[in-house]
Amino acid sequence: MTTPLWRTVFAIIRKDLRAELRSRELVSTMVLFALLSVLVFSFALELDRTARQEVVNGILWVTLVFASILGLNRSLATERELGGMDAMMISPIPRMAIYLGKMVGNFLFVLVVGLVLLPIMTILYNVVLVQIPLLITLMLGVFGLASIGTLLAAMTAQTRSRETLLPIAMLPVIIPLLLVVIAASSGIMKEENYWGWVGVLAMVDIIYAMLGLLLFEYVIED
Amino acid sequence: MSAVQSMNMPINGASAPPNRLRILTIATIVLTGLGFVLAMFVAKTDVDQGDVQRIFYYHMPSFFGGLFAFIATVIGGVNYLRTRQTRWDTLALAGVEVGLALSLINLITGAVWARPIWNTWWTWDARLTSAAIMCLTYAAYLMLRGGIENPEKRRMFASVYGIVAITTAILTLVIIRIVPNTIHPAVIGPSPQNAEGTFEFSQNVAMALGPNIIIWGFLIPLTLIWWRIRLQNRVDAVAMLKAEALSD
Repeated sequence: MTTPLWRTVFAIIRKDLRAELRSRELVSTMVLFALLSVLVFSFALELDRTARQEVVNGILWVTLVFASILGLNRSLATERELGGMDAMMISPIPRMAIYLGKMVGNFLFVLVVGLVLLPIMTILYNVVLVQIPLLITLMLGVFGLASIGTLLAAMTAQTRSRETLLPIAMLPVIIPLLLVVIAASSGIMKEENYWGWVGVLAMVDIIYAMLGLLLFEYVIED
Repeated sequence: MSAVQSMNMPINGASAPPNRLRILTIATIVLTGLGFVLAMFVAKTDVDQGDVQRIFYYHMPSFFGGLFAFIATVIGGVNYLRTRQTRWDTLALAGVEVGLALSLINLITGAVWARPIWNTWWTWDARLTSAAIMCLTYAAYLMLRGGIENPEKRRMFASVYGIVAITTAILTLVIIRIVPNTIHPAVIGPSPQNAEGTFEFSQNVAMALGPNIIIWGFLIPLTLIWWRIRLQNRVDAVAMLKAEALSD
């Protein structure tokens, strides 16, 4: 008898959250990395008032992408090293639940990084980023990152070169997401009509999540 | 797919190519020559762009050839995950290599054309960027394959990644419809406002373009994939013989 899907998913999410609350390993690393990256960008690009408006979304998303790669690598590698993945594999649970659980966990962790970055970048770059439409795009964008990232990280965690391979495998694949999310957020900043882009973003999310749901079981098979 | 059926051959891989493949190969070579004559001599010179416009007869067809090969990869990947037969993964691998080669032809011919028309080899235009990203995705596919030692796991991951990677090819196809400020002309349907280097679609152009699309978009990738599959079968056979010899 298998445990129902949703109970399993929630159990995995609860496990990840509890582990994170106790170790504070993943989110603290990602947040620290993200803050450093934001600072590095502002020095490297020598931004003035108008330039900031233009590039702030780019900086936000490049930072989030790299931070999420950092987190995804850890999240799936730890699961392998400590035997969590094996334990889940032998449990009588649907494989899809492992994907959903890990994906939602990663989504929440990266979302925290995004939620920390928005007010900080608002202060540092003097551009108002804390607004409802931007929060919605942030959620959708991070969801896309987490859904395709969890699938790819589960693969690369099993390869010889491990940490180095995830960025190479993930960056080209998430370009569509990046393109749409940047278009949506700069539309919001310029107060243009942006709902079309948000719709496309939701579509990209659905495609990524479908790919993850369909393909994850093959990736963790031994 | 006829290319897949041909793989039911003895594992020692020393068999001569089947007649169907020979005919296909000869036909492809002859037609490629014919397509060259059509593109270079029969089609009339473009009034605005001059002879450099002729590169278009290779630029677009090779993109379609790449797309064809990448779709073969998806078919191979899906069927491998379903049936776990190595031959489907071989098809996927062949698709990636052939598709990558054709995509590079697409990028290089585009750059050569852009030099006189746009006055630059490369510009960070949406479509150019996404075409380059597509190439990088499939390069990443090959790196991923190289990074996994266990052959079953390698096939499995490669199948998954080959399916995921098609999203970048689809993006390249549709991007000039969704990103308005591109300078890349659209051939089918109206070009974007900022497009530079558009030309009229005369009967003359269609006569040279049609055959080349069939040749470069279909025949050449099909032939190359078929030969690449045969090559891979031999590589696998050699690896198997080696393993047997070492285990004795």
